[in-house]
Amino acid sequence: MEISKLQTQEEQANELLQKNIILTSFDTVLKWARSNSLWPLSSGLACCAIEMMSAAAARFDLSRFGYEVFRASPRQADLLIVAGTLTWAMAGPLKRLYEQMPEPKYVIAMGSCANSGGPFADSYSVVPGVDKILPVDVYIPGCPPRPEALIHGMLELKRKIKHPEAARRKI
Amino acid sequence: MVKTETYTLNMGPQHPSTHGVLQVVLELDGELVIQAIPHMGYLHRGIEKLAESRTYTQFIPYTDRLDYVSSMGNNWGYCLAVEKLMGITVPERAEYLRIIMTELNRMASHLIFMGSLAIDLGASTGMMFGFRARERILDLFDMTCGARQTYNYIRFGGVSVDIPPQFIPELKRFLADFPAMLAEYHELLTGNEILYHRLKGTGVITAERALEIGLTGPALRASGVDYDIRKIEPYGIYDRFDFEVPLGKVGDCWDRYIGRMEEMKQSASIVAQALEQMPEGEVMTKIPKVIKPPIGDVYHSIENPRGELGFYIVSDGSTKPYRIHVRRPSFINLQVLNETCQGLLIGDVVAVLATLDSLMGEVDC
Repeated sequence: MEISKLQTQEEQANELLQKNIILTSFDTVLKWARSNSLWPLSSGLACCAIEMMSAAAARFDLSRFGYEVFRASPRQADLLIVAGTLTWAMAGPLKRLYEQMPEPKYVIAMGSCANSGGPFADSYSVVPGVDKILPVDVYIPGCPPRPEALIHGMLELKRKIKHPEAARRKI
Repeated sequence: MVKTETYTLNMGPQHPSTHGVLQVVLELDGELVIQAIPHMGYLHRGIEKLAESRTYTQFIPYTDRLDYVSSMGNNWGYCLAVEKLMGITVPERAEYLRIIMTELNRMASHLIFMGSLAIDLGASTGMMFGFRARERILDLFDMTCGARQTYNYIRFGGVSVDIPPQFIPELKRFLADFPAMLAEYHELLTGNEILYHRLKGTGVITAERALEIGLTGPALRASGVDYDIRKIEPYGIYDRFDFEVPLGKVGDCWDRYIGRMEEMKQSASIVAQALEQMPEGEVMTKIPKVIKPPIGDVYHSIENPRGELGFYIVSDGSTKPYRIHVRRPSFINLQVLNETCQGLLIGDVVAVLATLDSLMGEVDC
């Protein structure tokens, strides 16, 4: 083959590369994909569930961020939003739901009940904070948190997935 | 000969159509429901027990979290009971504000009912519409007391704050828009053939059985029993308003749905009347700093969106209630689930659950 023809082919390839191909690590792509399409499990426990539904409804429109695919089955979900008061009676089923979710999976504790038991912290039947039984990624304060707060929490989770080092404790 | 046997299916506690964490244990013969036994208690927070270690005032926010889509009604029911025990009278303007807020909350609650019924029966657009109108009401609450859902607005002796100046124009705009919104929902859902066939004739509760079991609210009125506490035993100033109580005929899911849609219209009319009559003045009467009701007990019930909400308070003369019992309409309405579902198909259980409109926060308390 002639040298000039080879050179033109290489130039063409270079041009294509510049247009369509981004060089990056596989890890970054995965993180990018995961953080932009979280599929939450539709598991409302109490009052916060109504605000979670509001966040998914017309005004707050969670689908702007790609998080609106609420799944009824834990097998299809990768985000557990603990929205409401967790009681000891429900702790077992919720833990099982979490275990049924495929990896990688994340947990958001929405509202003061899920954070720390909230106004029911001294009740005999309430788990004082969902972090007693599950690893929590993001805590959202409020009773109940406004839908904006939930969206902010999910965006914080997105940041955490993209940059895990941001959440790592400095020693 | 083919032998068949029944099998058991667990619906819940995590199920999108159980409105919270209700578990229904279904015994099925093929698709036919033989028994549907509700297992409650997954959201039991011990509110009645917590009340014994809270002061009377501290308990108001807890009532918000009982029936969390109609919190104003809960606040009001509890405050009325304590006011009855202490003999507190409320200023005129506060009475009107209480009615406006509670009726708006009734509309918001029924809008959630409509939305969740639609999404349970597979029409997810219905939920979007229900929440769209509800947001307008929540805006009004938000500008008044700063909360969207748990208000703590109605207090002993009145309401916590007066309405801001932009409240009335905004409310008038909403009331002007509401008939068109309701017409749109009727067109979207009521005229829908699938919804009609899913609801018509399913889950019939006869008037006798409804009375026997103690059903209240729209679920009872759908069976044709004219029982509305706002009419029969008017609390607050309900006797000054002109409104109708929509009644059903058969007591099926369809009647329960239509009844609630009609109630929204009546609530809008009550709000409009209250807005016209509302006087200027104080919104809070002088009450003692420390609430110490005299020794005795009191029961007071109000008409909440889900039925008769009653508070029974026993006072031993101290700052904390000796015992509070809440008559929760959702809890009692849910008792009818098993017999109503027997003989229906498995898909209809969802329709019955949705039209009974039980809320787990109130069921488990």
